[in-house]
Amino acid sequence: MSSRTCCGIALHDSNGSPFAWLYNLRIFKYLHKTCPKRPKFAIFARMSYTQGVKDGLPIGLGYFAVSFSFGIAGSNFLSWPLVTLISMTNLTSAGQFAGLQIMTDAAGTFIEMALATFFINLRYSLMAISLSQKVSPDFGTVKRLLLATGITDEIFAVSMAQKSVTPIYFLGLMTLPYIGWSSGTAVGAICGEILPAMVTNALGVALYGMFVAIVVPQMKVHKPTIFAVAIAIALSCAFKFVPALSCVSVGFAIIICALVASLLAAAFFPMKLEDDEGGAK
Amino acid sequence: MNIDARTYVIYLLVMAGVTLFLRAVPFILLRKKLKSVFWSSFLAYVPYTVLSAMTVPAIFFATDSRITGACALVAAVVASLLGGGLVTVAAVSCLAVLGVDGLLLVL
Repeated sequence: MSSRTCCGIALHDSNGSPFAWLYNLRIFKYLHKTCPKRPKFAIFARMSYTQGVKDGLPIGLGYFAVSFSFGIAGSNFLSWPLVTLISMTNLTSAGQFAGLQIMTDAAGTFIEMALATFFINLRYSLMAISLSQKVSPDFGTVKRLLLATGITDEIFAVSMAQKSVTPIYFLGLMTLPYIGWSSGTAVGAICGEILPAMVTNALGVALYGMFVAIVVPQMKVHKPTIFAVAIAIALSCAFKFVPALSCVSVGFAIIICALVASLLAAAFFPMKLEDDEGGAK
Repeated sequence: MNIDARTYVIYLLVMAGVTLFLRAVPFILLRKKLKSVFWSSFLAYVPYTVLSAMTVPAIFFATDSRITGACALVAAVVASLLGGGLVTVAAVSCLAVLGVDGLLLVL
């Protein structure tokens, strides 16, 4: 991190934010009075709202691009406010997209929606458990309930790289990703409605391109993932092309593919348990 | 392909409700670590298997012709193997569709 420390308290670099000097001045005043008595404060010193917003900026920009593609995909079926509302209430990528497919599938049911959302988003529970051991003591039940929506793959990774996470820092961290995700969807869905057909046709593969960009690098660094992905693709093709299986609706097909492939991969190639620091350094 | 408002709202509530449940309940209640190697491996594999099952074969049907869809997949995989990031890979696959569409128009 680009900050110095003083008596164990992180100081912001003055070139980072125009208000950093003010922040540091307040810390110096505080230190002057209380440093020897309250060492606990040191951990939370760089956990300000502004710092969270700063750390969340790259995530927000990335989310804008991904959710733009989601907006394009959604605009084929729903008007733009309805597509945007999905993003504003869910803040998930794969889960939302599967949900959109189930919504627009004539054979889709509410049970199917619940099950698909459950299995695809189950990993957030795991992240929530890890994160709950990282948060500061003032992260109460109500704050947890309100801020839980911010637990996404990327925000989780950044949070786990911190020593301890305060509610105000976490709120700052999720601010720009949330705005990026919602506004990206709105812009994408509006573009999908007004752009010429040839362009939206091409943009229709953008989301799949991003999925490829998430899966392939993992296959490069972790060979067993290739096995898991191969099974998932083989099953998914079977559901599409084998006549006897093609009566299975989209949502259940995704659930079955993902469950079987992940269970087999976990049985044959269990991953080493990560330490307390999670995936991020 | 439009769905009526009531169906949309129920779908939305189910989706958002289940997602919030999955995030909030363990965040509030569980303070212990998941010890099982099998289940944590399973959960680590889930995003990748879900994404690949959703991408193939659906990408072939995402455009007007199967050829452009297949080209988009190949372009995306190659771009990703070469180290392209999310946005680059997505842009490359879109350009592949536009390019092949253009070629098909000319021919």
